Amino acid sequence: MAMSQIKEDSNQTEVVKSESAVSVKNITKNYGDIEALRDMSLEFPRGQLTSLLGPSGCGKTTLLKIIAGLLEPSSGYVEVNGKSVTGPGPDRAFVFQDFALLPWATVLNNVAFGLEMRGVAKSERESIAEKYIGDVGLAGFENSYPHELSGGMRQRVGLARALSVDSDVLLMDEPFSAVDEQTRRKFQEDLLSLVQNENKTFLFVTHSIEEAVYVSDQIAILLPRPSRVSEIIRPSSFRGKGVDNIRRDPEYLDIVDDIWSSLRTYVE
Amino acid sequence: MYLFGYRLPGMSSLILWGLLWEIVGRAKLTFFVPPLSEVIETLFSIIGTPAFQKALLETAYAFSFGVFFAVVIGIVVGILMGKNRLLDELLLPWVNVFLSAPLTALVPVLMVLFGFGMQSIIITTALFAVWIIILNSRAGVKQINRSLVDMANSFGASPMDAFFKIYFWAALPEILGGVRIGIIRAVKGVIIGQLLISIVGFGALFELYSANFLMAHFWAVLIVLFALAFTISEFLAYLERRVSYYAAKR
Ligand SMILES: Nc1ncnc2c1ncn2[C@@H]1O[C@H](COP(=O)(O)OP(=O)(O)OP(=O)(O)O)[C@@H](O)[C@H]1O
Ligand SMILES: [Mg+2]
Repeated sequence: MAMSQIKEDSNQTEVVKSESAVSVKNITKNYGDIEALRDMSLEFPRGQLTSLLGPSGCGKTTLLKIIAGLLEPSSGYVEVNGKSVTGPGPDRAFVFQDFALLPWATVLNNVAFGLEMRGVAKSERESIAEKYIGDVGLAGFENSYPHELSGGMRQRVGLARALSVDSDVLLMDEPFSAVDEQTRRKFQEDLLSLVQNENKTFLFVTHSIEEAVYVSDQIAILLPRPSRVSEIIRPSSFRGKGVDNIRRDPEYLDIVDDIWSSLRTYVE
Repeated sequence: MYLFGYRLPGMSSLILWGLLWEIVGRAKLTFFVPPLSEVIETLFSIIGTPAFQKALLETAYAFSFGVFFAVVIGIVVGILMGKNRLLDELLLPWVNVFLSAPLTALVPVLMVLFGFGMQSIIITTALFAVWIIILNSRAGVKQINRSLVDMANSFGASPMDAFFKIYFWAALPEILGGVRIGIIRAVKGVIIGQLLISIVGFGALFELYSANFLMAHFWAVLIVLFALAFTISEFLAYLERRVSYYAAKR
């Protein structure tokens, strides 16, 4: 992994765009009279995980969908790898809060769906899908249907589907909010190793302050509607200390407290 | 159903009604109801005759084409209406009007437009079936989980992909329900067409038997028709049950 990182950095043409995988430039989004986002600008560093944290209804999903190309901004634009976004593209994959699995399709066909849409031949996409099903720990469930799985397993299917298309950027909209606490902690640890091992950029929406601080290289705090970025926090010291020690780290605890004190005014 | 603790096989109530029919028939209350045993005897005697088989063939031909067009048009139009607001606003009032309109009254108009032949009968059949299929397909699409559509779009699905791989499957439980009811209506449509447009098929037999007061023959053909419609509808109900596992979880 380190090797490929170096290779990419040394590549002359890559250098310019290597700082930000995704740039959000002066995005405004109105739903009729409702102003969801106002003049929002934000950079998402390549190869890192950035969390979007903010109160409910502040426009996190809206921002993620605009980056995904599923929604058009009212003004402003998004760049992914230096190219302006005009619609969905193979450089981005989405993980949905409600999993968005096809209930009539098996796990295998669900995971292969993204590849199918991208025109990968059946035998090839099935072998790729099988690999990722194994990677997320669902080997043996290839022929199960989503309604036969638990919430945590369903989200693994959603994750495998997003990983299988091998996009640069992974957009995750509260991916862990519908699973139980234990599964959630396991997912958070898995996510950390995913960020380390896959050379991908992660955009991660969450409601949970602890979760954001635990998994993020960078946290963007959003204010309520019309939403702007109020603060960007970059935890630095505890990332290398191993997954078990993060939650005891003084910096971790300080950041959680700081974020809570800056957000609590909006909750009250 | 249970009787004195014994589980009765499905539709055993039919035995009761059959008995009642037999009694009413033997009591000679009305010429309109001959005994069931006589009807069944007649059924077996006419079923092999060329006249009956020709009628069966003509009816099956008009029926299958009519249903085929109704199903294809109904599903496509219904799904497009569910997907597209503009199309929906445009077509929905008409679909509702035709759903409850007395279509029989339109048959003479069809005869003027399409002649007295098979073509008009097929169109009549399709016209009876298509509206409920449209409405049900539309309803199936309306309740689709938006994030499935977002998901398909995020992977770059073409409109064709979205239609066949998301909308169709998501709406399938409702579509099958619509097709089942549509087919029952099509049975009505094909007989009315055969009675009003050109006297062929089962319509001709009904006409012949009732004009000559051959009530046993009349009932025999009706039973055949009922059995055919029932079989098809049960088959569709079986398909519906096959997809019901995801009907509740979309
Ligand atoms: N389709 C829509 N039509 C009208 N208003 C909308 C629409 N979608 C979102 N909004 C509004 O835009 C605002 C931002 O919505 P969004 O779903 O992006 O918030 P969010 O930050 O993801 O919230 P949550 O944390 O609850 O998921 C909300 O106030 C919502 O009312
Ligand atoms: Mg949201």
